[in-house]
Amino acid sequence: MQITVDHVIRFLERAAALIREHATELTELDTVIGDADHGTNLNRGFSAVVVKLDALQDGDIGTILDVTGKTLLATVGGAAGPLYGTAFRRAGALLAGRRTIDGADIAAALEVALEGIIERGRVQRGEKTMLDAIAPGVETFRSAIAQGKSLEEAARSALAAVEEGMRATIPMQATKGRAAFLGPRSIGHQDPGATSAYYIACAMVGLDIDPPSDQHAVQQS
Amino acid sequence: MSDTVVAQMAPGSAQVKMLINAADTVVSDALEGFAQAYPGMVRVMRDPDYVVRADAPLPQRVAIISGGGSGHEPMHVGYVGRGMLTAACPGAIFTSPTPDQILAATRVSASQAGVLYIIKNYAGDRMNFEIAIETLLTEGMSVASVVVADDIASPSRDLRRGAGATIIVEKIAGAAAEMGVSLAECAEVARRAERQSRSVGVALSACTIPALARSSFHLGDDEIEIGIGIHGEVGRQRATLAPVAQLVDHLCGALADDLGLREGDRTLALINGLGATTRMELYIVFCEVARWCATRRVVLERSLVGNYMTSLDMAGCTITFTRLDDELLQLWDAPVCTPALRWGV
Repeated sequence: MQITVDHVIRFLERAAALIREHATELTELDTVIGDADHGTNLNRGFSAVVVKLDALQDGDIGTILDVTGKTLLATVGGAAGPLYGTAFRRAGALLAGRRTIDGADIAAALEVALEGIIERGRVQRGEKTMLDAIAPGVETFRSAIAQGKSLEEAARSALAAVEEGMRATIPMQATKGRAAFLGPRSIGHQDPGATSAYYIACAMVGLDIDPPSDQHAVQQS
Repeated sequence: MSDTVVAQMAPGSAQVKMLINAADTVVSDALEGFAQAYPGMVRVMRDPDYVVRADAPLPQRVAIISGGGSGHEPMHVGYVGRGMLTAACPGAIFTSPTPDQILAATRVSASQAGVLYIIKNYAGDRMNFEIAIETLLTEGMSVASVVVADDIASPSRDLRRGAGATIIVEKIAGAAAEMGVSLAECAEVARRAERQSRSVGVALSACTIPALARSSFHLGDDEIEIGIGIHGEVGRQRATLAPVAQLVDHLCGALADDLGLREGDRTLALINGLGATTRMELYIVFCEVARWCATRRVVLERSLVGNYMTSLDMAGCTITFTRLDDELLQLWDAPVCTPALRWGV
């Protein structure tokens, strides 16, 4: 299956819709171990992205992802803005000029996006951040594509890995970001960044089938 | 989001009243009001938002620029003016400003002498300033930065948050810039002020996040939170409320140990209210701090008592000690004329 400009626009619209739908939940998670703004900030950013999508229908995938990254950088603030902004911009640079992409292209784009997050955030796995959800998803996707799985299968197994990674942040003690100030008191709470990463991953899956249902909704622990 | 003036009551938490129009226009409405309150002193620019000295850019002067989340008023916008910040970038509530804001503020206010950024040590603040700095370096701008990390309650040295020392570093860097020193000299003196400063905070109650319309955490009737940050995040340790003399003794002791403050050292003390604590209480805290200094034979050269770096409506205070030398003291005493800090003019 080939992914087109249309798919990418739909992915971003769905990501924006899921972030809007779960903004309060993300902010609640951030209230427990952060500074109570993750949902509010990401919702502002993705809403700004959606406004720009109309003008990008004739653009290439690289441009769309680059504009998405720039818009998130300019509107989100906090740590989430630079991290997601850098991720989308790196993926956009890799896919510059492309109007269709396949599984291997997506794997490569996810890989550079992941590197962008690691470099910008100076973060490692196990620090209770979005990386703990994103990294296993990217690895799972890449190996599924390398094993010749379909795009749909690869995406579904990657989403399961992201979800598992997100839940794995609950018992972790944070050593990066605002949650790190809490020390051991950060244990027992799901990381808001890992949770927003999960919703964005949800938006990538099943682009030609149904939108993800509320069964994916995450309850605050 | 709530469109009512009185915020909605969330389950299990007390109703909080705020003088606002709507939660999502809080920052914008406050900025408009600030612009109208100080027309001769500052210019307030919108989309991207920043506040700049009315007389900027100043030729041959290093621009001193800071920024950070809103909700800490008067920081940072209140410190824009002669002898302190050239420009400030206010983010959303408790959210660092974006690179666009920082770049726009810099382009309007910086001269050939370059720009010094004063950045509080939070992951988000650092990343947004870093992205702006990367862009400016490719354009050939002379850029330096000082990261303020004075909060001793943070779990490790590289995680130390920027607290009260931010105001002191901004004042000292601004005074140096006003005297026309080079970017390297401004950065050196700002870093020295930062290295010589330590802060610690105590909260009696959490703050109300406008978008949530409720408290960011809950404290029992006799509980206090030691080691709070300025973002409504909970602190390191929960303790029982004690007479302030006992509390100040504990906090000042921790600051002195960390800073290596010894008999005969000269200091500046900043007693900063977090928003909902009365001046009366802050003076009581200061009285105990002064008593502590006298007992330890630490020379209290200067002091500042009031609300300088708040956390919305949080109750409590932060205490900052800065060890002074002749040059830092001279820069602290230099004239300053901003909406929130004014002397010698």
